[in-house]
Amino acid sequence: MKLDCKHVWEHISEYIDNTVDAKLREDIERHLEHCEICSAILDSTRNILVLTADDRTFELPVGYSERLHKRLAKELESSKKDSHSK
Amino acid sequence: MRTTETSEAGLIARILAGDKELFHELVRPYERMVYLTLFSIVRNETEAEDGAQETMISAYRHLTSFRGDAKFSTWLVTIAINEGRKRLRKAKGVAEESIEEQTEGHEGDFTPAPLTDWREIPLEALERKEFREALRVAVAELPGIYRQVFTLRDLEELNVEETAQALGITTGAVKVRLHRARMMLQRRLVPFLKTTAPARKGFFGRAL
Repeated sequence: MKLDCKHVWEHISEYIDNTVDAKLREDIERHLEHCEICSAILDSTRNILVLTADDRTFELPVGYSERLHKRLAKELESSKKDSHSK
Repeated sequence: MRTTETSEAGLIARILAGDKELFHELVRPYERMVYLTLFSIVRNETEAEDGAQETMISAYRHLTSFRGDAKFSTWLVTIAINEGRKRLRKAKGVAEESIEEQTEGHEGDFTPAPLTDWREIPLEALERKEFREALRVAVAELPGIYRQVFTLRDLEELNVEETAQALGITTGAVKVRLHRARMMLQRRLVPFLKTTAPARKGFFGRAL
């Protein structure tokens, strides 16, 4: 089946996740071979996802881990006392 | 993956048997995941950090109720989501909370934006600080239901089933929301993707 661009867009996310069936994958790939617009949309979306998964894009507050474990240590300490007093 | 799960199960057993200090080790790999989950809901650094601490403490206190049938990471993320929602309710009050839509409507444009003068932009060119900042802003401005699915799937890299389980929605809803979130981001970020020259319009000077 020959796909139009709109049809390709509807499946772009599943195509990236590799969850389209073999037949549809083939149709999409055939479309991408000659369609620059859809190829550009696919590449740009992929690039966004690569950068999203990059730890440097979404950073944690400075000192987050230290503060977390300090708080946890306190909690562990007080729960130890509880179990001793029982 | 199997080794992670096995050693995790071992750690949990030892913690429950009294070797409590090992809890630090158990949660260390998930610090980032827990924080990002909280942030995707409360959208405030301090609230997210406080919520992350509460999540970990709650996980510690309820560790006996963790059953091995779900992954520990999914269980932890579910606690984080509940903590985030609780904080959101408290901050917003009940009236506004009901406005926070829980189902995906059909309004909005979920089609991608074409790039007419597209030449393959090397990924390195996109790794500029400005693009990262624009991406952070664009994600923060997604409507809640899309932002949360996008965060779990594409930032934390949970699979569709884990995401559905953690958010209490169907896998179908996860797929629809994820697709829309990605397309909305693509539309928003197109001005940055078109050119490698710094684009100054639109994204800067806009409050989060």
